Amino acid sequence: MSDPYAGLLSRLRAAWLSGRTRPLEYRTAQLEALGRFLEEKQQDILEATALDMGKPSFEVELSEISICRSELNHTLNNLGAWMKDENVDKNWATQLDSAFIRKDPYGVVLIIGPWNYPINLLLVPLIGAIAAGNCVVLKPSEISRNMERLVAEALPSYLDKDCFAVVTAGVEETARLLENKFDYIFFTGSPSVGRIIMTAAAKHLTPVTLELGGKNPCYVSDTCNVQNVARRVAWGRFFNAGQTCIAPDYVLCSLEMQERLVPALREAITEFYGPEPQNSPDFARIVGDKQFKRVRALLSSGRVAIGGETDEKERYIAPTVLVDVQEDEPVMREEIFGPVLPILTVSSEEEAITFINARERPLTLYVFSSSKKVVRRLLERTSSGGFCANDTIMHMTLTSLPFGGIGHSGMGCYHGRFTFETFSHLRSALLRADGREALNSLRYPPYAPRRLPLLRIAMENRRRRTAACTLL
Amino acid sequence: MAEVVGRARAAFNSGRSRPLEFRLQQLRNLERMVQEKEREILAAIGADLHKCGHNAYSHEIMGVLGELALTMEKLPSWAAPRPVKKNLLTLRDEAYINPEPLGVVLVIGAWNYPFVLVMQPLIGAIAAGNAVVVKPSEVSEHTSQLIADILPQYLDPELYPVVTGGVPETTELLAQRFDHILYTGNSTVGKIVMAAAAKHLTPVTLELGGKSPCYIDTDCDLAVACRRITWGKYMNCGQTCIAPDYILCHPSIQSQVVENIKATLQEFYGEDVKKCPDYERIINKRHFKRIMSLLEGQKIALGGETDEASCFIAPTILTDVSAESKVMEEEIFGPVLPIVSVKNVDEAIEFINRREKPLALYVFSNNKKLIKRVISETSSGGVTGNDVIMHFFLATLPFGGVGNSGMGSYHGKHSFDTFSHHRSCLIKDLKMEGTNMVRYPPSSQKKLGWAKFFLLKRFNKGRVGLIMLALLGVVAAVVIKNHQSVLKRKALLVALAVQRRGWPSLC
Repeated sequence: MSDPYAGLLSRLRAAWLSGRTRPLEYRTAQLEALGRFLEEKQQDILEATALDMGKPSFEVELSEISICRSELNHTLNNLGAWMKDENVDKNWATQLDSAFIRKDPYGVVLIIGPWNYPINLLLVPLIGAIAAGNCVVLKPSEISRNMERLVAEALPSYLDKDCFAVVTAGVEETARLLENKFDYIFFTGSPSVGRIIMTAAAKHLTPVTLELGGKNPCYVSDTCNVQNVARRVAWGRFFNAGQTCIAPDYVLCSLEMQERLVPALREAITEFYGPEPQNSPDFARIVGDKQFKRVRALLSSGRVAIGGETDEKERYIAPTVLVDVQEDEPVMREEIFGPVLPILTVSSEEEAITFINARERPLTLYVFSSSKKVVRRLLERTSSGGFCANDTIMHMTLTSLPFGGIGHSGMGCYHGRFTFETFSHLRSALLRADGREALNSLRYPPYAPRRLPLLRIAMENRRRRTAACTLL
Repeated sequence: MAEVVGRARAAFNSGRSRPLEFRLQQLRNLERMVQEKEREILAAIGADLHKCGHNAYSHEIMGVLGELALTMEKLPSWAAPRPVKKNLLTLRDEAYINPEPLGVVLVIGAWNYPFVLVMQPLIGAIAAGNAVVVKPSEVSEHTSQLIADILPQYLDPELYPVVTGGVPETTELLAQRFDHILYTGNSTVGKIVMAAAAKHLTPVTLELGGKSPCYIDTDCDLAVACRRITWGKYMNCGQTCIAPDYILCHPSIQSQVVENIKATLQEFYGEDVKKCPDYERIINKRHFKRIMSLLEGQKIALGGETDEASCFIAPTILTDVSAESKVMEEEIFGPVLPIVSVKNVDEAIEFINRREKPLALYVFSNNKKLIKRVISETSSGGVTGNDVIMHFFLATLPFGGVGNSGMGSYHGKHSFDTFSHHRSCLIKDLKMEGTNMVRYPPSSQKKLGWAKFFLLKRFNKGRVGLIMLALLGVVAAVVIKNHQSVLKRKALLVALAVQRRGWPSLC
């Protein structure tokens, strides 16, 4: 059976070869059009996300639309500077030459978005890909059905249809899509699918950025302002009904701390969502029946200390806190991706560090402590994609910080300038100035034995003064 | 293999490869090794590639010593936390990128520059604080064995083990889990390495190859151009990943190019190149036969002499080569230089773009605009204009391929960055909960406005701007309440003017 995407890919590749996407004016125009899409379709986005997973409009405005707009503006403000050739330091042999790094677009790139933040996690990479001068195939998640339809129907009319295409595809079609050659693939999703993507990319030697996930530990030390901690942890955990790749997945703390933390969490949850969170307009729902059933099954781990109520019709799971959780229980064996916060007790900071290091490296690590020393120790003795002390999620909002994972939580990073660089090939260029062929003769054969000591003495001196060594 | 890697991982987990002092000490040991074992290293490379001592020194040892010196000098600054620009909400916080080791990395070397292609990545990996499993190419067996012998004498043998062997051993090695793999070699094996890495979600740097084109414009100093091309093409008997693979030029200068290269070859290697100690050999019979088959049916304008027993192939030039011939299909990796005719630079650019992206691209021309145009309209790992090879030797330039010629890059600081995890760190404190309130539910329009203002770079200038102005006005009034009214008026005027001109970006 022939490849259903061959026609699309060849059209995009022809557009790419025409060079149309490269000038700054073109990229700027496309990005501005993207901005208009966000403006004009704002209401549709709010409706679609509400339908897909009961997303509160406050959350959508903040975590989806505003973040995209911010990245867009940041990119538009800086694109000219980012695109410039970057001059590099030269050594004495190349002093008169021109040496720089050129940011080349890759060509035709593929962006696969997830369902949990269907605007943010699809468009922020798109912004960088367009900014870097590529043609783009966009594949929104089929699980957030209404958003998928909105993006497929509305977005193409804002962008140059020859250079940017939206593909709707389920699992099988995506596999067919991946058989084609792309010049870069950007994927956000689970580690197991990440493996499939990278394996497919290997067939074409396509470089990839994988934004995956894991269980983000949240260590709460004994010295802290419990009420503030509870609020920040609850906010991070229950935002988007827990369906956030950088949500605190589980808490590690001492038994004493747990006894102060649980009532504080209860208070924070009530502050946020009222006595009946199901009636709060500010609490989301689980995206689908399959995911709902998966998260609900995790509620049998440990003991429910707060929440635990579910409503299958609405795919509602109450903001829940579990205690007395053992590390081999179901809730500790997979990324929760739901509004359930297990608390595991540890007898010391050392035990917490050992616990964290025995597991796969997470996308984010959280530490809550008023002691800078504790924060420093956790930072130095663990490894994670990112690290945030005394708050949750917030490191993601700083565009100057690269956002990405390590190990099973991913490879590569983006946001701000890093997105532009992700989608650019950093090409070295050395343009030699005229003349000085006499200097070059030192490197040519035949090699008179007397030349070598001279060369070596010259090199040894140079090595002490400057750092860069070179072949003449 | 599992044992070796397991020991390296345990050694890494002990934390001893992390302190800067330890890394610097290992690098110093490495430097001592290169200096003390210089004779053995030169002999091994000579045995593998029939390379004279001078060449071996300048091709392999000099570069390694330079990289070591650079790395040892700069390591403290490279490894230091890198502060980043903050926004309004994080002004009181610490925000920085912390370079950290990845863990256990695998370096797979190639046979053509068997020492430097293992050492340079190793230097970067040690500098970044990792444990490193080193796998030199079995094809360059003398150098591979030497590395296996001497490295453990100078470096921590658990943290930096050397693994030798062929395809079966490498396959077993690739089944283990690493935190980064840097492979130098060909595209076919590159795909195998990446597929193996995918199973563990291991990031890779692939330094592959391709056919590096060399365009010679009619407007250029042909004598100089040909001398430089001769040097780059026939060094190491053409077995260089960034050698100019083939020439593109106008048919009218083809014979001149041949004459110039011929004259240069005489200059370099004398009358009898086979007797010249400065000229290398093909690494083994398999590659010898492979390159021989590329000569079939070609017009040999120069050279063509061979001697299978010693794997000798004379510097050879082929003219009027057709784009569809075998010699134009695969990377030559030998002392055979095809010349393909093109009518002009447009045709050359088209020719280059129809093929896989090469590791290097070369353009010779007096016309700077033309060179810039060729660069802008093509893609390649790197470029050198009016010379060949040289972009490899500037450590500040990242060295790597694109598309079929590879992914990722290294050299100098780029090696350090390749083998590091750049961990984003945001250190806040538990105070200022007031500002956090704007993001918590229950939601409201006013909260949303403030949340956007605090969290994001840009904000709606309208209503929020007015609120800001009001706030500023109140602050100004409070602060200068004891001052004359003139000052107060001035302050308000200034504030109004600022608001009229729009708010400055928080970028």
